Amino acid sequence: MSDRSLPMRFARPGAGGFLGYLAVVLIILWSLEGAGWSADRLISSPPKLADFLDRAWPPSTHNLDRLAWKMVETLQIAIAGAAIGIVLSVPVALLAARGVLVGRGVSLAVRTILGFIRAVPDLAWALVFVVAVGLGPFAGMLAIVVDTIGYCGRFFADDMETTDPGPAEALTATGARRLDIAACATIPAALPAFVSTSLFGLEKAVRSSTILGLVGAGGIGIEMKVGFDLFDYPTAMTVILMIAVVVIGVEQIGAVLRAAIMGQAR
Amino acid sequence: MLDHPATHVTGTVTDLQATGLAKSFGKARPVFEGLEFRIQRGECVALVGANGTGKSTLLRCCLGLIAPDCGQVSLLDQDIAAIKGPARRALRARTGLVGQKHNLVPRLSVLSNVIHGLLGRHSGPRYWVQGLAPAAARTAAFAALDKVGLADLALRRADQLSGGQSQRVGIARALVGNPRFLVADEPCASLDPQAGEEVMALFMSLVKREGVTVLFTSHNVQHALSYGDRILGLQGGRIAIDARAREVSAQDMARLYV
Ligand SMILES: Nc1ncnc2c1ncn2[C@@H]1O[C@H](COP(=O)(O)OP(=O)(O)OP(=O)(O)O)[C@@H](O)[C@H]1O
Ligand SMILES: [Mg+2]
Repeated sequence: MSDRSLPMRFARPGAGGFLGYLAVVLIILWSLEGAGWSADRLISSPPKLADFLDRAWPPSTHNLDRLAWKMVETLQIAIAGAAIGIVLSVPVALLAARGVLVGRGVSLAVRTILGFIRAVPDLAWALVFVVAVGLGPFAGMLAIVVDTIGYCGRFFADDMETTDPGPAEALTATGARRLDIAACATIPAALPAFVSTSLFGLEKAVRSSTILGLVGAGGIGIEMKVGFDLFDYPTAMTVILMIAVVVIGVEQIGAVLRAAIMGQAR
Repeated sequence: MLDHPATHVTGTVTDLQATGLAKSFGKARPVFEGLEFRIQRGECVALVGANGTGKSTLLRCCLGLIAPDCGQVSLLDQDIAAIKGPARRALRARTGLVGQKHNLVPRLSVLSNVIHGLLGRHSGPRYWVQGLAPAAARTAAFAALDKVGLADLALRRADQLSGGQSQRVGIARALVGNPRFLVADEPCASLDPQAGEEVMALFMSLVKREGVTVLFTSHNVQHALSYGDRILGLQGGRIAIDARAREVSAQDMARLYV
């Protein structure tokens, strides 16, 4: 017989663990305070919300064709921006992935820049490009390009770093250059992951593009803003519903395509 | 079948010389320490030892794929740690490696994978996939595939091969560049007995006809004794056997695995 006994199901938290839980609860309470938590206002909100819905319903069908064209423009901004962003992300990711083309130093620098790009919200990028190229969809598209590079550049790099190193080692042993190894071993292995990441990038671009209009960077967002500003709630409601349908639709298509691709790669 | 291969006469030029090699991973006990051996041109050397004794690690050190903690490797008269960039690539272009895992690029065709064996001498998109490759490269790769008996699978995707077929493609990729020094890590591990004999016979014919130097590992004692001119036995991080194959008895070999 051994003197080993069955371990307990749950470890009892020590004093440090208890203090940790306490700290988390306190931080959450403190944050609610800072967020202006008000039970009164919460309780008084349903009637106001009902009033809004009452005035917004039924959604307006007045300018449906203009809104539809605005939605088409929104999708064009998203598709063009995501496409350019995805293409540019590949070389960026090659520089961000450690051990593929570059060493630790360069990779860290590029990853830091990508982190900065992601830290700046898409609406802020849109404002910057409105200043740079003027109002309109072009500014919005450029914002989507930058946003997509921040996202796809980072995740493409992660995809490449997690590929099986074996084929790359085999090509190193033949004396291949790093660029050849990346093109022949790393990128082909990461390709399914790239496609999946790109689809996420496109979904993200569609979501972003619907609100770029709030800052005058093109797309359907401007119609929603005008609707609220002029108390034309039925039109605002139409826009909200259109956005919901399009975003959900794009996500569904993305999910189907991803499943098809993952299935293909065994 | 070929005649008994161990009768081959070895040359006097040293192709590989290891001095004081040691390698450890992290804080663990070194995998091996103070290894000294040399391999003559045209020799076929079998590296044997139990699982985890560091055979694969030693082969990687010999090709400069990983750096040893200390010690030196001189490969084809060059100190592998001292050369960089194009010189190192040129040296690697003269060596071939068959990995323990076949390490093919799964989404590319068999022929493209074999053409990659030429990347040490050539570079650029024309050598990335077979569809773009120059005629000479395609012909050479196809001939290498034919040598391992897989010419009719040239356009099959590499991830649709059996384990043994993959292994043979890996061998073709190592051979296509006509290496002077061939390193093979358990080349027969996933081959059926017949295919294993054929691959070893192929290596032997390279040694005999083209004077290629071969360093291979095997868990098949019979292969090691009959195809190796010389046996290097690793045990406990040291070289326990370094002798001509005909001077090594089955008991000597068995003692490596206790
Ligand atoms: N990258 C690594 N990181 C940490 N430890 C490693 C690494 N590679 C190998 N090792 C360890 O080094 C030792 C030797 O491994 P190696 O693969 O060289 O053995 P081997 O002799 O080739 O074994 P086998 O006969 O199973 O192929 C093992 O204990 C292994 O766990
Ligand atoms: Mg091994």
